[in-house]
Amino acid sequence: MIPLSHSLILSAVLFSIGVLGVFIRRNAIVIFMCIELMLNAVNLSFIAISRSLNSLDGQVIVFFVMTVAAAEAAIGLAIILALFRNRETVNVDEVNLMRW
Amino acid sequence: MEELLFYLLAIGAVICGVLVIMKKNPVINALFLIVVMLCLAGIYLLLGAQFMAAIQLIVYAGAIMVLFLFVIMLLNLDQEISGIVKGGSQKMIGFILAALLLGILLSVVGVNQLPGRGLHPIDEISNTESLARVLFTYFLLPFEITSVILLIAIIGAIVLGKKKL
Repeated sequence: MIPLSHSLILSAVLFSIGVLGVFIRRNAIVIFMCIELMLNAVNLSFIAISRSLNSLDGQVIVFFVMTVAAAEAAIGLAIILALFRNRETVNVDEVNLMRW
Repeated sequence: MEELLFYLLAIGAVICGVLVIMKKNPVINALFLIVVMLCLAGIYLLLGAQFMAAIQLIVYAGAIMVLFLFVIMLLNLDQEISGIVKGGSQKMIGFILAALLLGILLSVVGVNQLPGRGLHPIDEISNTESLARVLFTYFLLPFEITSVILLIAIIGAIVLGKKKL
């Protein structure tokens, strides 16, 4: 039996790695991958808690999170493609027209 | 045995997660992210979520990551592989903030016993069947709304993918 806290610690570490990646990388696709990493970390904690509570609800939520992640990946990658077609770059530092 | 496997998979996931953000080439980043997802699928199995492990493999490692690799190859990023950000201050602030977040998260995850109990108990024999039973009865409305989200995503991706916006 795996202790709940160990799964939650793994989830926290993975989430922090994802946040760090968003901070220190400038390639839009890699930032997007880091967001997926964070989503996965949260999914892990949902499943661990669902196991600990002996309840299926956490797994159902993970199901919905995965659906939304799939939709988000399709839209996000389409946006990155459109961005690349217009600006010839995926460096987020060069796409700062909306930044004050 | 179960614990040993869990720790092996956890260490693998963390190492590959670090490599995802440290390696320069986006293709290698994507491949390491796939390894992270495989490790997480194994952990889901150990935690008794068989259906979720299968979906993790099929949807995440299969569909979403193939989409990522496909887009990376479409963009042909050879000339502008941007590794870790050059500026010293931004990198430093990023590390400090991430470490701070990790500290805050680690300070609250030390629970081993949660109060209360869940609404729908887990059936140890057939995870998929009991999951479907809950999904199609109690969570029916969210499930149907999910289909609308997917439809909107399809339409949005097609519109964004057109030559002229």
